[in-house]
Amino acid sequence: MSWVYYTICTFLTINVIFNMLGSIALIRFPDVYTRLHGATKCTTFGTIFAVLAVMTHGLYRLHVTGDPKYLQMALHSFVALIALLLTNPVGAHAIAKAAHLSGVKPAKAVVDAYEEKLGGEEE
Amino acid sequence: MIAPEFFYAALVIAIGGLISVFRAIAGPTVPDRVVGVDTLNTIVVALMVLLGAAYDRTIYIDIAIVYALLSFIGTLIIARYLQGGLR
Repeated sequence: MSWVYYTICTFLTINVIFNMLGSIALIRFPDVYTRLHGATKCTTFGTIFAVLAVMTHGLYRLHVTGDPKYLQMALHSFVALIALLLTNPVGAHAIAKAAHLSGVKPAKAVVDAYEEKLGGEEE
Repeated sequence: MIAPEFFYAALVIAIGGLISVFRAIAGPTVPDRVVGVDTLNTIVVALMVLLGAAYDRTIYIDIAIVYALLSFIGTLIIARYLQGGLR
C-alpha cells in the first residue's frame, strides 16, 4: 500500500500543479500566442501525469484483486493519453496559424518572422 | 469511492476549468476564446480519466478517448474557419 500510494500522490501533485499553472497562464499572459504557449504545454504535461497515476492505480489494483476490469482501466487510459498527445500540438499549431492569418498580431513583439516570410512569398 | 485522492485532484483541476471558461467568455478576440475552449477540452479529458479512477468506472475513460478525438476535430474546424478557408 505504502509506496504505491506515495507514487500515485506524487503523480497527482505534479498533475494538479501543472494544470493550475496552465490555467493561470490563461489569465496572466498578454496576448493569444503566449496564452496558447502556456496553456497547451502545461496542460498536456499535467495530463500525462494524471494518466500515469491512473495506470499505476489500475495495475496495482489488478495485482491485488486480479480483476481484469483494472487492466482495462490502465490500457484505456493509456490509449486516451496517446490520443491526447497526438491531437493537442496539432490543434495548437492550427489555432496559432489561424490567429495570425485572421489579423491578430503579437502584443509586444519586435520581430515578426512569419509575417516577413508570408510577405516574401506571396507579394 | 475506493480512491478519494483522485477525486480531490479532479476537484482542484475543475477550478482550472472554471478559469478557462472565464477566458472563453471574456476573451478580447476570437482566437482567445478558441484557446480557452481548447484548454477546457484538455482539462475535461484529464478530469474524466481521474473521475473514472475515483468512482471505479471504466466507461468514463472510454468517453475521455472519444472526447479527445472529437474536440480535436472541432478545434481544427474552427481554426480553418478563422483563417478563411484552406490556405
